[in-house]
Amino acid sequence: MELLKRSFFGGKAAKIQFFAIIIAIVVLFFVPNFGSAYLPLFLAWVITYAVMSLAWTLFSGKTGYVSLASAAFYGTGMYVQAALGSNLPIVVSMIIAAAASFGVAFGIGLVTLRLRGVYFTIFTFGLSLFLNKFIHWYEVKFFHTKGHMVLAYDNLTVYYCVLVVFAIFLLVVIPMNKSRFGLALDCIGQNEDSAQHVGVNTTMTKVLAFAVSAAPVGAVGAAMATTIGYVDPDIAFKLLASFMPVLMAIFGGTHSVYGPIVGAIVFYSLQDYLLRELPGAYMIIFGCVMVAVILLMPKGIFGVIDTIIARRKRGFDGEVIGDV
Amino acid sequence: MSDLNEILLEEEAAADCGCDEKSTFVPDADAVIVGTNLTKRFGGMTAVDCVDFELREGEILGLIGPNGAGKSTLFNLVSGFLPIDVGTITFNGVKISGLNPDRICHLGLGRTFQAAKNFPDMNIFDNIRIGALFGIKGKSYEQADIETEEIIKFVGLEKYLKMAVPDLPLAIQKQLEVARALATKPTVIMLDELMAGLNPAEVDEAMALVRKIRSGGITVLMIEHVMKAIMAICDRIIVLHHGRLIAEGTPDEIANNPEVIEIYLGGEA
Repeated sequence: MELLKRSFFGGKAAKIQFFAIIIAIVVLFFVPNFGSAYLPLFLAWVITYAVMSLAWTLFSGKTGYVSLASAAFYGTGMYVQAALGSNLPIVVSMIIAAAASFGVAFGIGLVTLRLRGVYFTIFTFGLSLFLNKFIHWYEVKFFHTKGHMVLAYDNLTVYYCVLVVFAIFLLVVIPMNKSRFGLALDCIGQNEDSAQHVGVNTTMTKVLAFAVSAAPVGAVGAAMATTIGYVDPDIAFKLLASFMPVLMAIFGGTHSVYGPIVGAIVFYSLQDYLLRELPGAYMIIFGCVMVAVILLMPKGIFGVIDTIIARRKRGFDGEVIGDV
Repeated sequence: MSDLNEILLEEEAAADCGCDEKSTFVPDADAVIVGTNLTKRFGGMTAVDCVDFELREGEILGLIGPNGAGKSTLFNLVSGFLPIDVGTITFNGVKISGLNPDRICHLGLGRTFQAAKNFPDMNIFDNIRIGALFGIKGKSYEQADIETEEIIKFVGLEKYLKMAVPDLPLAIQKQLEVARALATKPTVIMLDELMAGLNPAEVDEAMALVRKIRSGGITVLMIEHVMKAIMAICDRIIVLHHGRLIAEGTPDEIANNPEVIEIYLGGEA
């Protein structure tokens, strides 16, 4: 309770942030009434990528363990929906999808989070590939078919589903970042050995964060599966779903919750536009933008803004000089 | 393959250092940390070889030896940073070998690293506060803040508070690490080369700090190369050479020990 108060009402900035989020969510709630029929689906995809990018930042952005497992959690969610969607209300199947992704991440985390650096990245990449091939094998073996139909829902319902996931996730992530748990994650990212020696249970912290970050990805995966109407392993576990959240987070900046959201808005809009207008040149332009971003703003848009603010501040206070 | 290798290595370790025999080491009654038969191998190299040692309550124990003698490895075994191949370590009678470093920290054992490991993106206050917050479970933020202030005063870091951690002079980076370790409220602190690379004035400051820590009731185990400091502040010294414990005694005894002199001044190559 105290944590919630501190996160949302402690100081002016936190209060402004809280009301901005509430207003944004309320606005997002009514927006589909004013646009074209395509708008809800477009926004649902933007929010889906925002959730995935935010989830990636929650774990990888903080700890420095680069995960390429987003596709695995996203695909798990999609397959849960394919399996249960026709018998259960979408809200229930989304909750089960979130739990399934949480479980997969928790198990994988326990096994792999002793790995450091690039080994962890490669393993998570392999996990997405493995689930793809495994489910492919399973389907052919037991169903003699590839892929499953998914009961379709209208775009507006799906939009509200992912919006709720987004809202809940945001209202969990912000206090979490300010909590002891968030602090422990920061410590792990900055110096894991040191964190461990001052009493941070680094293994459990990493595994929990990994699992918590996987849950909403599973939930949005389940919701989005209904808009496609059909899933097969190549759709559910497409590797782009692992890379896009990383690119978006890097583009926006990983030091605040806004970076990944802005990254998702900009990148998905760009992708959507390019796919419609210049389908042939889509990947080329997309790649060029990415290279430019990494070269020019390695800390992302919000990193650049932070630097500018810091420069301004220093201009007023004068250079801080210690006794050397 | 690797399993087989490990088994072979373990057998070898047990065979050629005699660690399979029961140690005859009897620790002192007021020993807080007791290590028995400690052995650690890296591949074919034995970094720590059948070491028995004890740390007695309230003392400053110096751990010396040439480069590569296994001093830091011994530290890493005690703090849980590396798993032990053979042997046991107890802390206040509780077996700590096999526990994770965070558990060992919660039991009241703090340490620093040879190359200071701080949190570069946090300010000095937060660097220390982390120790206060996580060192003891369930501590409130207010209490942690109060304790952090106390420790900043105790270590003498007030004038550096506004500097970024990576910009701090080496001596201060090391003191910051000590401060964070102290914030976890340890009963024993292990200092790994606190004085290496410091100028004479800084060494004096560091010596004063170690004395102050001990008079605060904390037992100190320190690795050090600066002989002036070791001889002046240690109650007892143990000497490692090629992973083996070759001498133990008061600073005077160690200074006059022919084997130690030979190692430090060089005998046959």
